[in-house]
Amino acid sequence: MIRPLLTATLCLAASGAFAGKAFVSNERGNTITVLDTETWEVLEEFPGGNRPRGITLSPDGTLLYVCASDDDTVRVFDTASYEELYTLPSGPDPELFVIHPSGNPLYTANEDDNLVTVTDTESHSILAEVPVGVEPEGMAISPDTKWVVNTSETTNMAHFISTEDYEIKHNVLVDQRPRYAEYTADGTRLYVSAEIGGTVSVIDIAEDGTPTLRQKIGFEVPGVLPEWLQPVGIRTTQDGSRIFVALGPANRVAVIDGESLEVIDYIMVGQRVWQMAFTPDEKFLVTTNGNSNDVTVIDVEKEEAIKSVQVGQQPWGVAITPN
Amino acid sequence: MSKRIVPLLAAACLAVIAGGAEAVDVRAGVLRVDYPALLPISRYDLRPDDLAFAGAVLADEDNATTGRFMGHSFETTTLAVPPEGATEALAGLLDDGVRYIVVDAMREELAALSDQAAEAGALVFNARAADVDLRSESCRANLLHIAPSYAMQAEAVAQFAVWKQWKRWLLVSGSNPADRALAEAYRHAARKFGAQIVEEREFEDTGGSRRTDSGHVLVQRQLPTFMQRTEPHDVVIAADATDYFAAYLPYHLWTPRPVMGSAGLRPVTMHGAHEAWGATQFQTRFEKLARRHVQEEDYNTWLALRVLGEAVTRTGSADPAKIETYVLSDAFELAAFKGQKVTFRPWNGQLRQPILLYDGRITVSVSPQEGFLHQVSPLDTLGLDRPESSCTAFD
Repeated sequence: MIRPLLTATLCLAASGAFAGKAFVSNERGNTITVLDTETWEVLEEFPGGNRPRGITLSPDGTLLYVCASDDDTVRVFDTASYEELYTLPSGPDPELFVIHPSGNPLYTANEDDNLVTVTDTESHSILAEVPVGVEPEGMAISPDTKWVVNTSETTNMAHFISTEDYEIKHNVLVDQRPRYAEYTADGTRLYVSAEIGGTVSVIDIAEDGTPTLRQKIGFEVPGVLPEWLQPVGIRTTQDGSRIFVALGPANRVAVIDGESLEVIDYIMVGQRVWQMAFTPDEKFLVTTNGNSNDVTVIDVEKEEAIKSVQVGQQPWGVAITPN
Repeated sequence: MSKRIVPLLAAACLAVIAGGAEAVDVRAGVLRVDYPALLPISRYDLRPDDLAFAGAVLADEDNATTGRFMGHSFETTTLAVPPEGATEALAGLLDDGVRYIVVDAMREELAALSDQAAEAGALVFNARAADVDLRSESCRANLLHIAPSYAMQAEAVAQFAVWKQWKRWLLVSGSNPADRALAEAYRHAARKFGAQIVEEREFEDTGGSRRTDSGHVLVQRQLPTFMQRTEPHDVVIAADATDYFAAYLPYHLWTPRPVMGSAGLRPVTMHGAHEAWGATQFQTRFEKLARRHVQEEDYNTWLALRVLGEAVTRTGSADPAKIETYVLSDAFELAAFKGQKVTFRPWNGQLRQPILLYDGRITVSVSPQEGFLHQVSPLDTLGLDRPESSCTAFD
């Protein structure tokens, strides 16, 4: 009980000298598991609302936002005390969201209602609802914060929403069931995974934000049926040199060279790997493995899985505190 | 949002959409043939008035949402007619300019309607008929099959039984032509996957075993004696396509064995409890719209219209010939809440899809089963593979 409090307090005071926390949403268990990112021990497991999926943190690391999908709300927790502070209106069935780098607003995909809801995290009110394609899921914000990208799983598009007027300005068709979108840190590229299509679309982003589909990256693992290679979560390193792609029921994370866009390796992780998060120093990448109820810790430099830790039932997403 | 500007921009930044900037109006029809029928054994199997149509409404919504970004609009007309009214109903749709028809009918009407549609250059999607010959010698170039064949259904069950090492089958079939066709599919499935039918029995349809005030009393006496003195077997395979006795089998056997096929563990395209692979979203959207659980014919109709919608999205065309060519090509793929893309067999127009094995409450398993391999797709281990089909209409 005392230790998490201390950790969080110290985290805020110092930068990088102390271990952070990884928060894992357990979709079936209705809980959030907290891990120490130095020892990789479970610190705590606390109720996260019904069907917690998308999970993220405020930029200062003090607030934890959780999409409680079946409660039709975003629950906000104190990252030190794990107390639920309040809820934010999110629209129905929030699945995945992205937070503005300033901490406000929050952009949420409402899976059942074909909407992206924009929520003011300070006034706790809804700023806008943007109609998008069927079953919106993936959410990303461009580094210059001018664009929010949403992917819709049944429409098979990446929608580019202007953060100024909340209008869709571009749509890019990708392969079947796009699950996740990730900008590179320099904003010149966007990666979109297509779970059933089995590909990652590489989209070049012009200076004014205009997207152009450049190519699609496929996957191939000897001894694994191509049908099982289902890309979901994507993370890119700050320098853009490596792209990590979670391959769902293939139980592997693909490593892609950011330059050549070739797959250079596959890392074995737990079963049905969906989402991932880096530690702030990018030394480790944590994956959520929904069917083995654990997370895998990957050593980023060695591109090796070093540890797996049991969490709650059906882990879905993961967020790690900043320095 | 501006509906005029968005599609134009979308096309401008995407070379992959040929002619995506042009407005396309897609009109489809769902023609459901309602047959005179006795009450089903279970009230749960009563056919709702909007059966199949509710799936069409959902598909229209899904297609329209996507179409909004592309400048494509979708409109589907639904019609329920008795068998003798089917020709006229189709003629009305064709006269109206509709060139995509989802047909929910049995073999005879489907075949006739397909030929009638062919004369007008219209494409037909089969949402119900499972007859194997429609995918083989009686196939038609303008007829695409969304519904799985008896062969796919039987082989989905067979793979699971073989995976379980339940290889000694007692085949119990009904006496109606459809029951016998289904039984033949199970015989073929047993040969294909190395199971053995140790004995066969036919439970004659005398019209007496359907649900009545005392139906179960009669059945409780009839079935156990009928199932007495059989060869040793691991599993009972029921082939009752007309649904008059199989539902009673599981607890009225002589030797206690699992029942699979037309009762017990049943092969279905979808059921209202299926949740895996994002299907929860499909279920909640359907239930919000129809205020009931989804049934196979709803899903099949939804899927037929989603195939059409996806093909229109990718080709930017509403020309039936172009749509069919695209749908049958390697480029076509569609997510259908089955964990992998569904595609078509170019040799007979059959949709490849996983089959759910359903016990009435949950998805027990999904076929194809692990270990059944195929050089093209594991899905081609279910149903007529290229060399097994004598269809030449697509050559």
